[in-house]
Formats: sequence, C-alpha cells, structure tokens
Amino acid sequence: MRRAIGPALVALALIALWEVLTRTGALGAILGIDEQTRDVLVPGPTDVLTTLWDDRGLLAENAWVTLVEVAAGFAVALACGVAFALAMHFSGLVRRVLYPLVVASQTIPIIAIAPILVIWLGYGIGPKLAVIALICFFPVTVNTYDGLRSVDPDAIRMMRTLDAGRLAILRRVELPAALPFFFSGARIAVAVAVIGAVFGEWSGANEGLGHLMLVEQGQLQAARVFAAVVVLSAMAIALFGLVWALERRIAWWGKEGLR
Amino acid sequence: MTADSRAPASEPELISEDAPGAGVVAVRGVHRSFGELRVLDGLDLEAAEHEVVGLVGPSGCGKSTLLETVAGLIEPDAGAVSVGGERDAAGRLRRCAYMPQRDLLFPWLTAIDNAALALRNRGQSRKRARAAAMPLFERFGLAQFAEARPRELSGGMRQRVAFLRTLLAGKPVLLLDEPFAALDAITRAEMQGWLASALGETPRTTLLVTHDVEEALYLCDRVAVLSPRPARIVAQLTPPAPRAADRTATVTDPAFAAMRERALEALREGAR
Repeated sequence: MRRAIGPALVALALIALWEVLTRTGALGAILGIDEQTRDVLVPGPTDVLTTLWDDRGLLAENAWVTLVEVAAGFAVALACGVAFALAMHFSGLVRRVLYPLVVASQTIPIIAIAPILVIWLGYGIGPKLAVIALICFFPVTVNTYDGLRSVDPDAIRMMRTLDAGRLAILRRVELPAALPFFFSGARIAVAVAVIGAVFGEWSGANEGLGHLMLVEQGQLQAARVFAAVVVLSAMAIALFGLVWALERRIAWWGKEGLR
Repeated sequence: MTADSRAPASEPELISEDAPGAGVVAVRGVHRSFGELRVLDGLDLEAAEHEVVGLVGPSGCGKSTLLETVAGLIEPDAGAVSVGGERDAAGRLRRCAYMPQRDLLFPWLTAIDNAALALRNRGQSRKRARAAAMPLFERFGLAQFAEARPRELSGGMRQRVAFLRTLLAGKPVLLLDEPFAALDAITRAEMQGWLASALGETPRTTLLVTHDVEEALYLCDRVAVLSPRPARIVAQLTPPAPRAADRTATVTDPAFAAMRERALEALREGAR
C-alpha cells in the first residue's frame, strides 16, 4: 500500500494542475482555442467527473459491450496461444514454420487491417474479436512456449526413470512449470486487449466505448471522450489486477519453479 | 510419444527390486562421444546385486554420462551395457531410478506427492500413491514433513525426500548423481550417515557419483576412481568398513585414512 502513495500523489498533482489550467482558461489559451468554445473543448477533471456521473447509463451500456468483446477476444487469444505453444513445443517442424509467422503477425499494423476485417466479418463482434485475438495471442504464445522449455533437462531424465511417459512429463512437469509464464503473457495480453477493442470499434461499430468516443469526438464532446477513456483505463487496470490475483493464487510457485 | 508407450492404465509391469539378479549392472567397453568430444572411451564397470559402487573422478570426466548410459537415457556408441540382464535402453530404464544432483522437487507438490511421483506416473490414484509412500516417510522420520512444500524444507530434508522419491520408484538399481554436493559440510556428513542407514535398511544396487573421496569410501562397498575425460577406471578400492554406524569413528580410522590417500593418489595419477 505504501508503495502506491508516491504514484498516487504525482497523479493527483497532475490532475490538480490540469484543473487549474482549465479553470483559469490558460490551457485553452495555450492551445489557441476560442474563448466561447473552451468550456466544451477543453474540459477539466471536474467536468469529466460530472460527465462520468451524468452519463453513467450511457457509459455503462457501452462499457459492457466493450467488456464482452475484450473477454471473448482474450479467451480466443488464450486458447490459440496455448495451442500454438504446445504445437511448437512438441514439433520441431511446427516450431520452424510457425515461430516466424507468430512474430510476423505482430508487425501487422492492426489499424490498417481492422477496416478490412470489418468488410469481411461485418459490424458485429467478429472483427473486434479478431483484432483483440491478433494482438493478444502473441505474448501468450511466446511466454507459454518459453515456460514449457524452461524445465531443467535433469528433471525430464529423472521423470523418465520414474516411469513417466511423454504425457505424464507434460502433465506433471512441463505444464505446471509453464503456468507462471502463461500468466505473465496473459497479464500483458489483457492490458492491450482493451486497446484492441477500441481499434476494432473504430473500424466499424454501433456500440462500445470506442464507438462512443468516435461519436462524441464528432460532436466535439471532449468531456465524454475523456470519460470513455477513463472507463477504458479502469477496465484495463481491473482486468490486469484480476489476472494477477488469479496468478498469485493458481501459479504461486513462480518462474523459478524448475530451473 | 517415446518408444516406451506401453499403456500404464492397469497394473504396470514392475521389475521387483527383490527379483534375483535384477540389480546386476555390467558395463563393458563402452564408448560414447558427443560430436568431437570423447566422453567415455572403452569403460568397464560391474556392480553386483545390492553392491554400492562409488564413482569418483574430476569434474566433467563423464560420470553423469556413465549414469545416463546405464539408465538407458542414452545409448553407447559402442560396447554393451546390461542391467539385470536387460540390454536394450527401455529395459534398463525400467530397472533404474535416477536421483539428480539438485533435488528437483516440484514446488507445486507437497513432499509426499513429490516422493510418490513414480507411483502416479504408473497410473495409481493420488490417494493410493500417498498411502504407499507414507510408511517410508514414517520409517525415515519424515512423517511430520509429508504435507510440507519443498520450499519449507531445509536442504538436507529436501535431499531425503528426493532419495525417497528415488526409492519409491521400486527399481533394483539406484543412480545417485552427486546427491549431497550442494549441501554444507555439516549437513552433508549428517546426510551421509542417513543414507548409509537407509541403504542398510533397503539394500539396492547403487551407483554413487561423487567428487568427495571420503564420502565414496564411507558409503560404498567399492570405489572406482575415474580419469579425466575420456573416462576410464584408473583404480578400484575396497574400503575397510563401508557404511559403519559411527561415521566419525570410520573416517578417523587409520586404515580409512590410508585408503583415502591411495584414492587421492589414484586421482592425481589419472590426471597425469
């Protein structure tokens, strides 16, 4: 708890500064924004807070849509990531073919292909799911694969003399050893999943926080854009914390388990 | 899947550690290289039923490779290895249990679940495996630590659990690869006494790799001194009183001291 005090103080100071700069109109003046529109275009933290409260129904509705997309995309990424990691672990051929492709997938500018995904998959959850999964499966795959390979070869030899077949070694040694690695990947993945959802919604959607941002931007409702950003961040942080809590409960032995 | 894919669903075939001759080890003219590196070069070694044979040699001389070859984890390039009359790798693997230098207890399992791993690998339920392991824990004074996690145990305790894990594999041959190398001197002496009595109670053919001459002479019926790589045996010594109850009296005995000098001399000769 004590470690959180420093960052919290800095954040509070920045928010206070932002409030002062908007209240006095200084920020609007610096940005060269006309005095009549300053209030709408350059909202302060209190304006954002007010909007968060006043528009809570609208925000919650859209946040739920985005959360469902994130959860579904994340689940697909976890399943694909683990499947890819296992396939690469078990087959040298698959590893040689797949690993470069997995890396290459991360060089794709998602923003550029998201609109194409919308053309192919429509306005529904499909393209969002694809974008989120595409961003998230990489850290899961790479970390889980590293985890499967992290086992001390001596442990494998020992297990073989203890009558373990390939499946017993996977189940009793490699999978438990890989679990903390899998969770590190999942933590990174869930934090970026929210960004993926916004990209997906920007390319074409009728609902969701990303969609809301676009609409409000068009109507010059800066406070609502900020409010949506705040909700998105809170969602990402909460999901990260959830995965972390699960990790500490389920994979408490950590990455040094069998090295 | 490995070559050894017999379904372990029902009662698996288990070579009883009591079957006559099951623990006889014979290594004849074994060569083994890794690329250009010649590790074993025509090595001969025998171990009789229930004999404890020490392998002493400089670091990196190929002692671990020898153990892996006996265990059937690797095959020799030339020469013959048999364990209990079995020559093929799968047959040797069924007769040997390997205890690595680091205890390699799995942190996600309790002490007793670690010790019972071999039984679980053969398809026994967790309950049955634990029930089978418990008497050994009681016999060796570990009952109160059965439910402890490895990280809660001291180095010596962990090594004891690791030894029980090896014992519970129920194999006629134990391969111990520098089991106490990572322990401090006092714990190591204590563990040597403990292992001596454990081997007295549950006799097994044992190959004990160590670089501690005194440990080998105290624990083993016979000690083979190996040369630097490629390994060959430069001397075989028979300690005066192996595994005597009183370790201190044994290692301070003049005959023991003389034997230690001979072993060290053989090590120096071999290195030349």
